[in-house]
Amino acid sequence: MTDKDGPAHPQARLRRIFVESEGTMMSAETMISTAPAATTIHPRWVRVCHWINALAILVMIGSGWQIYNASPLFDFLVFPRQIALGNWLAGALLWHFAAMWVLVINGVVYVTLGIVTGRFRRKLLPIRPGDVVADMKAALTFKLAHDDLSRYNAVQKLLYTGVILAGVVIVLSGLSIWKPVQLRELTALFGGYDAARYVHFFAMAAIVGFIVVHVALALIVPKSLRAMITGQ
Amino acid sequence: MRQRRTIPGVDPKLLIKDAARVMPDASRRSFLRGAASLGALTFLTGCDIIDGDTAESVLRKISEFNDGAQAALFSRTKLAPTYPESAITRPFPFNAYYDEDEAPQVDGRTYKLEVAGLVDSKKPWTLEELHALPEVSQITRHICVEGWSAIGSWQGTPLSEFLKRIGADTRAKYVWFKCAEGYTNTIDMPTALHPQTQMTFKFDNKILPRSYGFPMKIRMPTKLGFKNPKYVVAMEVTNTDKGGYWEDKGYNWFSGL
Repeated sequence: MTDKDGPAHPQARLRRIFVESEGTMMSAETMISTAPAATTIHPRWVRVCHWINALAILVMIGSGWQIYNASPLFDFLVFPRQIALGNWLAGALLWHFAAMWVLVINGVVYVTLGIVTGRFRRKLLPIRPGDVVADMKAALTFKLAHDDLSRYNAVQKLLYTGVILAGVVIVLSGLSIWKPVQLRELTALFGGYDAARYVHFFAMAAIVGFIVVHVALALIVPKSLRAMITGQ
Repeated sequence: MRQRRTIPGVDPKLLIKDAARVMPDASRRSFLRGAASLGALTFLTGCDIIDGDTAESVLRKISEFNDGAQAALFSRTKLAPTYPESAITRPFPFNAYYDEDEAPQVDGRTYKLEVAGLVDSKKPWTLEELHALPEVSQITRHICVEGWSAIGSWQGTPLSEFLKRIGADTRAKYVWFKCAEGYTNTIDMPTALHPQTQMTFKFDNKILPRSYGFPMKIRMPTKLGFKNPKYVVAMEVTNTDKGGYWEDKGYNWFSGL
């Protein structure tokens, strides 16, 4: 199967390259994973990144709510102290600016590996609007199959892609609020300091919304939770 | 981190007993309560991460690391955004840890700015002498650690100009400020020398009113509001970090923007 064998049909050649690269990626993932390739749903790096991220995001959200309370953006919304972290503003800021390193370093590792291993492309793309509508209907009527956890349905693809993008936005808007002088160009991109606070808030709201759905579904389909712990 | 088997959320240590206090005493573990998220965290890790002393000292260490990260990120030449007069927030908010009618009342006729530390001339400065210094103006955004912001207009002399006149050793690490009500504040020398760091005598082209820090505040648009001291009566150029009112209570020391 080399080019020396003769000129292959261009499409066949493209297809072969694609398959080969898939194979390469699979073996790359298998190498980091302890489990046999055939049964591994989530390679080890995905699971490690997922749980580190889960911890970091909980601390970021809990402390973020306490920080929000010091100067609320909306009159009708103050987070109960019982669910906010840090006890008061200084404590919350200490938590927030400690967990941010974990969130960002882990996030960079995750996104980099997601791109270079091809996992994002294989698992999350393409997202077709027609599939999303069909799968959404099936989900809401409890007819959505979960037989093969290694393949995401269109709603999952949309939500996972969306939450990754929300993660990028929340980090960039957070940097804009933290460093509106040193990173003033970034802050300007969000429409200035005050606007960046709203962007940061709504990105948080989107992520919290995702977490609610995500955790509920993981509890409804427990084997998906097991897959994220054991990989299988 | 010690192992525990109890169900998170029902650990009595997690229960909040002082629900109403806005700013608690800087007592031990005051940063560590915050039940639900920590409960979930404890659940996920199986560890009691709110073992107070460890967590608090780790958080303080990371905050010191963040001081270094911010100092590295700080540019001596990068300017804070400036705004047109029409953008000035009116009325500009009064902000302190006390009420407006408790703000210090400094007598401008007897006022003298004391200068100490690594400087050639420790001669105190009268307000008249200070007002005779060259005047620059800035309209910049004051950003509070709480998150809100307001745009103000400040006039005064660049602190770097004053430090030059008193023969300050600008290789020193810090400048420390003391205020009439006892508030203190230490800043890093690079920020002290930043072109927008200003010894401020006027707000909106009028002598500073009492509520905005008469007779002098230090305006630093590159730092959070609480690092901008008002009612300044003394300054010292030093290699010793003398801390500050809020920094000692747990706010990040560098607090750069």
